[in-house]
Amino acid sequence: MDTVAASAPLPAQSETPVAYDDEALTKVDPAYKTALRISVAMSAIPALIGIAIADTAIHSRFDEAVPIPYGVIIGLAVFVALAIIIRLPGRRWQARGYNMSADRLRVVRGILFRSDTVVPFGRVQHIDVDQGPIERFLDIATLTLHTAGNHNASVKLPGLKHETARDMREEIRQRIKRDSL
Amino acid sequence: MADGATSTISVPSTAPSEPLVQKPAVAEPKRTALLGVIVGALGSVQQAIFPAIAAAFGIGITGWGILIGLGIGLAIAVGGAVFSYIRWKRLTYTIGEQDIRVESGILSRSARSVPYERIQDVSLEQKLVPRLLGLVAVKFETGAGGGDDLALTYLVEAEGERLRELVRERRDDPNGATRPSNSDGEAAAPERAEEGEALFTMGPRRLFTFGLFEFSLAVFAVLAGLLQYLDTFFDIEVWDVDFWRDLASEQGGWLLELGAYAQALSVAFGLIFVFIVGLGTGLFRTFSREWDFRLERTARGFRRRRGLFTHTDVVMPVHRVQGITIGTRFIRYRFGWHSLKFVSLAQDAGSSSHVVAPFAQLDELDPIVAAAGFSRPSPNAQWHRAAPEYRNVTIGFNLAIFLTIALIVAIATPIYAPEWTLVAIAIPLTLAIGDVAVEFLSWRFKKHTLEADQIASMSGLLAPSTKIATRVKLHSVEIAQGPIARLFGYATLHLGMAGGEMAIKGIPLDRAREVRARVLETIAATDFSELESSVQTQAA
Repeated sequence: MDTVAASAPLPAQSETPVAYDDEALTKVDPAYKTALRISVAMSAIPALIGIAIADTAIHSRFDEAVPIPYGVIIGLAVFVALAIIIRLPGRRWQARGYNMSADRLRVVRGILFRSDTVVPFGRVQHIDVDQGPIERFLDIATLTLHTAGNHNASVKLPGLKHETARDMREEIRQRIKRDSL
Repeated sequence: MADGATSTISVPSTAPSEPLVQKPAVAEPKRTALLGVIVGALGSVQQAIFPAIAAAFGIGITGWGILIGLGIGLAIAVGGAVFSYIRWKRLTYTIGEQDIRVESGILSRSARSVPYERIQDVSLEQKLVPRLLGLVAVKFETGAGGGDDLALTYLVEAEGERLRELVRERRDDPNGATRPSNSDGEAAAPERAEEGEALFTMGPRRLFTFGLFEFSLAVFAVLAGLLQYLDTFFDIEVWDVDFWRDLASEQGGWLLELGAYAQALSVAFGLIFVFIVGLGTGLFRTFSREWDFRLERTARGFRRRRGLFTHTDVVMPVHRVQGITIGTRFIRYRFGWHSLKFVSLAQDAGSSSHVVAPFAQLDELDPIVAAAGFSRPSPNAQWHRAAPEYRNVTIGFNLAIFLTIALIVAIATPIYAPEWTLVAIAIPLTLAIGDVAVEFLSWRFKKHTLEADQIASMSGLLAPSTKIATRVKLHSVEIAQGPIARLFGYATLHLGMAGGEMAIKGIPLDRAREVRARVLETIAATDFSELESSVQTQAA
């Protein structure tokens, strides 16, 4: 038990030092922020309409009994939605980054829950480049690497310029040996 | 280890005497064994019993009830038999050059094709009735999600064995049937190779010991369930206290009149009875599941056979083993008993890992572990613990939960039961102290080590388990951190493993990065296609 190193960063090890993955991360395309905004707004609009209808219905029925004046709830909901739409995509874009080296792709994401994944090209089963309608409008794409592992069976990298995504796919594909496909 | 009594094997083993691979001139559709219809028919008789009884009792056991019950039962049984005959008639399978095809369906037809290269393993399973009829269910595992792969129920034992051999040959050599090198002389070789060196067997004595540790009170749960089922048919209110009180006063009035000494004695006898039933259940379950357990190392991989009523025969290729798990439980660990599982893409009776040694001493596991290309972490391995901050946060989190409960109790009990307030508060507080102690101690046993070609992690204070993965067979490495983890500088390391999960929790961020860098260095050096070189080299 004496050899247990609790939290010492690097105890004397017999192994040779290795290169950490701390190259500077590349940011994804700023259009990713717009795409996020549009998709958040699209999911917020039905909710807002629902809240507006509910608020109106309550007030028209029991006008005297409701302590909150008409419009406050709708206003609050709109404010929260706007705050999310304006603030969040920027932060998520800021948190997201990737780095492609000779034999691996590193994908970093998450504001609160950070995740930092590395996929070696030698373990990629197949590659997808997907574009949803919003992404097509903005000319960006999502690159997905599929691995055989249960965890991280598919690693997604959204917000790449479509051309970049296709180039990356070609490059990764060339690194994967032919006979494994 | 060799407890004898291995002579009772009634396994089909490798029956056919003719060369195994006959070259089929034309792949023609075949049917499964006709006898299988009987199994289906018997199954429907079994299904008919309960509805028949229910109908008979529902209408009234006297007079018409029993006739109607019989009629309903008969109708279900005959219908089931006819259905299983039609299903048999409509199901054909074709052993092609590249794949196995199964066409089935009575009204809507479906055709499924499974290429040989994608078949992970072929397992033979014999439940009791098929076994008596000499039939076997052949299952082809592809490792596709959902577990619903391809199964042929039922084939004659010899045909099942032949099919398995054939699949193995085709898979390992896609052009096998037409290749000149695969002459008749070679074709018989795998048959002999099938009987390999026994790695681990369990005789009756070992099973008895195993069964004692499998103590289970599940039978009482089943009984309770049955009683509840019965009270829908009979006038017994199982959950009605009055029913039992009446029963006690009618039947067992004498029980209440006995002295305290006799009452204590009867409680003791009751406990002994429960204990014996628990042991019996454990023994029965163990004997029926693990009877004549044999694990062999054959030329093609590991072969495991077991089962008293349901006999199974599974072969898994060595290179498919992604990782191993050595586990144990609280009491059996005191006596040095462990279990060993292989993690692979294939499924084993619903669980994702194959049990290859359910109950063995560590030194018995070593040869199996070595045969799979692993080794138990060496005594002088450099172990690394989880970050102390991780331990403290876990303790703090658990304490917060217990204290919240104590607070709620402290507010609520004075209102409803003031005399119990102290006791009620003491319980969560005691639990909290116990939890802190356990967390603190188990932290010392939560550790991982990186070795030349494998990564191992251990956890568990009272029943430690070890998980080992081959570095080169991992598929991705992720460092994940929640907000609290980032605040205190630790992380969870997720290793992408085919067919299993492996995560090392709460290690210092720097260590996580170091492990990731080293593991990736190993992974990147080998391409996926080279991992299974034994399978795919001939593609060149």
